[in-house]
Amino acid sequence: MTQNDRYQKLRAIIEPYLPDDVSADSITLESHLINELNINSANLVDIVLDVEDEFDITLENEDMDDMQTVGDALNMIESKIK
Amino acid sequence: MRDYQEILKALPYSDPFLFVDEILHMDENGCEGTYLFRDDLPFYRGHFKDEPVTPGVILTECCAQIGLVCLGIFILEKSEKRTFENTAIALTSSEMEFYIPVFPGERVRVKSEKLYYRFSKLKCKITMFNEQNEVVCKGQIAGMIKARSDA
Repeated sequence: MTQNDRYQKLRAIIEPYLPDDVSADSITLESHLINELNINSANLVDIVLDVEDEFDITLENEDMDDMQTVGDALNMIESKIK
Repeated sequence: MRDYQEILKALPYSDPFLFVDEILHMDENGCEGTYLFRDDLPFYRGHFKDEPVTPGVILTECCAQIGLVCLGIFILEKSEKRTFENTAIALTSSEMEFYIPVFPGERVRVKSEKLYYRFSKLKCKITMFNEQNEVVCKGQIAGMIKARSDA
């Protein structure tokens, strides 16, 4: 799986949690999950749990704090699967 | 850390919006508690006019207070190994189905099973029974738990 494959998978995980007024097209690596994509903290937990299942990794509380943007999340995934 | 019997004292609710009388059992995986819907509760005056029935939102609230908030405080204190004076739990989702009405004067029992507690989010599968042991309502409720200050 390439990094782009993982990015596409991450986008697919995030998509169902977007509020109705945020389009899936607006997801970029720079998008801030809470401030720009308007994902609430409860749904952010669901995204993390889905990421754990999809990539077979385990995230800690500190990882969650570091995960501000989509790019942060992707970097987190990259570092965990190595 | 307090005993689960003491959890009620940590709840941030009071009459007329406290919907827990007693916790029957509690461990890290779930809990069970009861509440009596007294016939003098204020919402019966308007729900419905001349025909009091417990509103579904109140049944959901009762399920959430027993199954999510009481359990959440217990799990938080157990995992942090200390007592918190001020615990806030924000309801983040509820998906309930209702089967049987609850009338004034009925006592209900709420049973909650933890689905997960991760990153401050607690999600539970919750069922409410009436005194005949029939399922009143059931569903999944989730919330975010925050401890505001130490005891």
